[in-house]
Amino acid sequence: MRVNFTVNGRQQEADDVWEGESLLYVLRERMGLPGSKNACEQGECGSCTVRLDGVPVCSCLVAAGQVEGRDVVTVEGLADFARQRAQHGGCASGACGDDAGKAGTSLQDAQQWQSKPSDSQTGEGDELSPIQQAFIDAGAVQCGFCTPGLLVAADEMLEHNPSPTDADIREALSGNLCRCTGYEKIMDAVRLAAARQSEAV
Amino acid sequence: MGTTGTPTNITQGSKTKGGIGESTLRPDGTLKVTGEFAYSSDMWHEDMLWGQILRSTVAHAEIVSIDTSEALAQSGVYAVLTYDDLPTAVKNYGLEIQDTPVLAHGKVRHHGEPVAIVAADHPETARRAAAKIKVEYRELPVITDEASATAPDAILIHENRDDHHIGHVPHPNIVHRQPIIRGNADEAAERADFVVKGEYTFGMQDQAFLGPESGLAVPSEDGGVELYVATQWLHSDLKQIAPVLGLPEDKVRMTLSGVGGAFGGREDLSMQIHACLLALRTGKPVKIVYNRFESFFGHVHRHPAKLYYEHGATKDGKLTHMKCKIVLDGGAYASASPAVVGNASSLAVGPYVVEDVDIEAIALYSNNPPCGAMRGFGAVQACFAYEAQMDKLADKVGMDRVAFRQLNAMEQGTLLPTGQPVDSPAPVAELLRRVKAMPMPPERQWESSEGSDVRQLPGGLSNTTHGEGVVRGVGYAVGIKNVGFSEGFDDYSTARVRMEVIGGEPVATVHTAMAEVGQGGVTVHAQIARTELGVAQVTIHPADTQVGSAGSTSASRQTYVTGGAVKNSCEAVREQVLEIGRRKFGTYHPAWATAELLLEGGKVVTDGGEVLADLADVLEGEAVDVELEWRHRPTVAFDLVTGQGNGHVQYSFAAHRAVVEVDTELGLVKVIELACAQDVGKALNPLSVIGQIQGGTTQGLGVAVMEEIIVDPKTAKVRNPSFTDYLIPTILDTPTIPVDVLELADDHAPYGLRGIGEAPTLSSTPAVLAAIRNATGLELNRTPVRPEHLTGTGPA
Amino acid sequence: MDFLRPASWEEALAAKAEHPTAVPLAGGTDVMVEINFDHRRPEYLLDLNRIGELGEWEVGQDTVRLGASVPYTKIMQNLRAELPGLALASHTVASPQIRNRGGVGGNLGTASPAGDAHPALLAADCEVEVESVRGSRRIPIDAFYTGVKRNALAPDELIRAVHIKKADGPQQYSKVGTRNAMVIAVCAFGLALHPETRTVRTGIGSAAPTPVRAKAAEEFLNAALEEGGFWDNGKIITPSVAKQFADLCSAACNPIDDVRGTASYRRHAVGIMARRTLTWTWESYRGTAASTEGVA
Repeated sequence: MRVNFTVNGRQQEADDVWEGESLLYVLRERMGLPGSKNACEQGECGSCTVRLDGVPVCSCLVAAGQVEGRDVVTVEGLADFARQRAQHGGCASGACGDDAGKAGTSLQDAQQWQSKPSDSQTGEGDELSPIQQAFIDAGAVQCGFCTPGLLVAADEMLEHNPSPTDADIREALSGNLCRCTGYEKIMDAVRLAAARQSEAV
Repeated sequence: MGTTGTPTNITQGSKTKGGIGESTLRPDGTLKVTGEFAYSSDMWHEDMLWGQILRSTVAHAEIVSIDTSEALAQSGVYAVLTYDDLPTAVKNYGLEIQDTPVLAHGKVRHHGEPVAIVAADHPETARRAAAKIKVEYRELPVITDEASATAPDAILIHENRDDHHIGHVPHPNIVHRQPIIRGNADEAAERADFVVKGEYTFGMQDQAFLGPESGLAVPSEDGGVELYVATQWLHSDLKQIAPVLGLPEDKVRMTLSGVGGAFGGREDLSMQIHACLLALRTGKPVKIVYNRFESFFGHVHRHPAKLYYEHGATKDGKLTHMKCKIVLDGGAYASASPAVVGNASSLAVGPYVVEDVDIEAIALYSNNPPCGAMRGFGAVQACFAYEAQMDKLADKVGMDRVAFRQLNAMEQGTLLPTGQPVDSPAPVAELLRRVKAMPMPPERQWESSEGSDVRQLPGGLSNTTHGEGVVRGVGYAVGIKNVGFSEGFDDYSTARVRMEVIGGEPVATVHTAMAEVGQGGVTVHAQIARTELGVAQVTIHPADTQVGSAGSTSASRQTYVTGGAVKNSCEAVREQVLEIGRRKFGTYHPAWATAELLLEGGKVVTDGGEVLADLADVLEGEAVDVELEWRHRPTVAFDLVTGQGNGHVQYSFAAHRAVVEVDTELGLVKVIELACAQDVGKALNPLSVIGQIQGGTTQGLGVAVMEEIIVDPKTAKVRNPSFTDYLIPTILDTPTIPVDVLELADDHAPYGLRGIGEAPTLSSTPAVLAAIRNATGLELNRTPVRPEHLTGTGPA
Repeated sequence: MDFLRPASWEEALAAKAEHPTAVPLAGGTDVMVEINFDHRRPEYLLDLNRIGELGEWEVGQDTVRLGASVPYTKIMQNLRAELPGLALASHTVASPQIRNRGGVGGNLGTASPAGDAHPALLAADCEVEVESVRGSRRIPIDAFYTGVKRNALAPDELIRAVHIKKADGPQQYSKVGTRNAMVIAVCAFGLALHPETRTVRTGIGSAAPTPVRAKAAEEFLNAALEEGGFWDNGKIITPSVAKQFADLCSAACNPIDDVRGTASYRRHAVGIMARRTLTWTWESYRGTAASTEGVA
């Protein structure tokens, strides 16, 4: 079957989709957007979290056919989404973002890491959303496989709860498993993003 | 107290930003937060096929027949391969013992063993085809424990063993046996005023890395294959893959793809050979991605264990003797079992002084899932048992549990049961002091003016208690883990370092085959290069087999060994750079010949701080390129009868204090805080060090209260291969983890550093168990603890 | 496999009538797992996401008409006062992402004994509105669960809404899992006080082949409360009454041993939850809620 929907602000079309395919599969294997991760395919890890019409969902449990005509934001579009939200004030519809949806990075680019020194806990990367930058700065990324899903979930929480308590953060992220960090640096990252957000206002 | 030695003072390179000792940020961080980082499952190739593995549905059976005809007839199916299609005489692989069939032949030995492989144009086509392969099994009785494995009439899991352990094991269903005898435990037992005996059970834990096994094999024009894969050790994979394919090693070109965690579970091969076989057969790129269900069958687990311990102490609290037997279940194939036996036996006594010991460790062959490497292997299981023993013994003697440990703690110079002296700081008592001195978390944190916040109570969001039945408990534990490969293994790494001028700037490129699995090795390599070479720009080259082996990302060894190799190669590069400088500019300043010269801040400077030249000028038109191997001090094998020998190279120590709140009526546990103190020698990257300690601590928490692969003892089949029923801690199960880092240099190691990744996984589990015992008064001799154990309602 | 995308309720009923084997797909949190893991290959998937009314609810005089696909998140956020038991149950469902997709219709359609909503629905009392091209009917919740993962639906029927009695007194819900979040119930318990009728209703999950009520326990408690004049005098429930109630709730279980827990633990835990939820609701009824109310 054919499925049309908007991803990161750009209209996308997928052909020859098997009816049992998930949104996750279509994003990863048909649209060149492998940022959403496949770690359990049963809604028990949150690694594939995307926003569907603004709402965080496990894309592994959304049938591709259910997304017809709807709006999806993935980690690849998160920076643009956050930028537009900041500019236009709280756009949570998922209809934000414009130029994302490019077909990822070449293998060569993805593996030729340029390491740069940095003075402090603020890296370069002004292209990133606040939550993305905070994850890097706080050391919340190790293997990084859980990171995309956590970023989408954490960004959405901060959108409607800009000053979360620790218990709020834990509850909001309780659907995202991480096996590397023990979550402490993830807590730090979300606290950092919230603090920076409140300073900026 | 056993704290001798002082922290290493590294001044070289201190003027270069981003060197060692700083919390520089990950070079792959931006790619990982934008979704652009390419993990092995993200690989894609035009015209690629999808591979699918058919696995055995029974644990132990003869294969009567396999019929692939119907599968092959499916539209979209390109190949269906079985054992009979393997191209060479080499049909097995294995880390140490080549006992694992690439595809089952004649017999399957565990539930989920690969039997056939399929390549098709869509994963669903491949799945449907695999389902059409007809395999007829004749089931055999299953061997699931020591008694059934060593019974006189036991079926041999592997007939005709010819490996190097068969000569010294008491039964062919025992992979390896290591006794360690020192002093005379029986005589010493007579001096004991108190004796404590215990029998302990450690459940089967899964690494549960989040990125399932996956990779892409692309056939190349020269008849070889390019393999992009997530692994812990490229060169070890290569040695096992190439012979099965019938290719020379240089025709199997391996590149490390992004690795979604490892924790030991990627030390063995998974889909590597299968993808290559299908790619070579079809002439097309083949991608294989396990789903979570398959991942539970696709890698080895942590050895479950039975541990029988006896300790004695005098009435003033000094340990007199220790006897123990540790039975590890290795499952159907050997994997890392021999090394697990070596660690379990040589570290069975823990970080304590006990002069008279009688230790025996064995690993079984059985029809249970194969077990092998997982973070802290061997030492994790032993620590769970000896720390329970320490609490019991302290109670009998009537001493404070921490003071009892401190009284018996090893120090630098202590002899291990193997007779090997500990020749670097061993601050066991100090770590316990530090972790005990941390402030306690406040009581009843769940209470607020609005009521009870269930998120902070046992049961969490499930709303099972508002404070009823909740009792707090506190427990302590400490452990010792060896760092690096032990027992005479030639443990080395290779680093290629290049220095040149690009765009007017001096740039260093570091190329190793080290598997970055999330630990942050790439961050540290860049820091080392900056410190040693005084450059700002460091490029980390992708890890591949075009450079020499880096050894495995395991055994807490990579910062030590590959970090050491990078440092060593950088030093050689620096000498060559200075040589070029002397040649070009030596006549302009006498200091080129007389002073000690450093590379700092992009310049050549004297140790007095005088700038002699810009590196950009020195390297103008020249590039320096060095590839060197580097080794740590050699070790020897343990004597097979006495267990004596200098088998280890370094040790890592961590201590934990766990504070738990237990709903004693429902048997639910909330860990409130899990404080850790660890000696890291030298923190090359403090942020990463703390991240490792917190991550390792949490995996220890998992196996204390929830994580266990449950195998049916009647069928040897896995009952919970999913994230629905194999539970790992969520962020609501994980407490705050304050970390106190001690830096006592090991003078034998680069920068004085210590391998750190595993030690926190050891002591975390027994600390949590001790805290639950403290809260409930129950003995609790097994881990994980289930609600049934806390409520007397029987095991599942 | 065919993917059917009805744009309206009527189209959905027509599709279900034409293809009775079609598997309704709403939040996907059960069905997609089965598809991803190759446990199920239905001939037809019937997507209900395009039918907006399934995601809506109406608060009436005595009942709430809850559309089958109203996500658990919205129940937690919007219906806490009207359906406190179900709101608490919703909060225990899996993860925030799942709560954003899943709804009560899915729990009822799957009819797994482990479905989190069932004990709350049983305790509150409700009717399930189902419909086919043949017509509409309401199935009382007590008659809805007919066996392990079986319900009273005819092959051509779809669940449209649930009519749940608005709370006329305190309600509570507890669930035991071996993790503090994102966990399938080892067992669960729902309890509702109905002061208007001076009755108590219960619901037990994951401790019998179907979700069940502890009817003997309810009858015992109804009688004990009546006899002691508790509804009027607002006295503390005596420990012996609470214990007897808890024991009868345990006795209402008919559990199995499985990887999630033993039968004997399930019986034990249901008893503890019964006693605690009775205490919480009764204290709340007596007006001393502050110290016993769970918040999150």
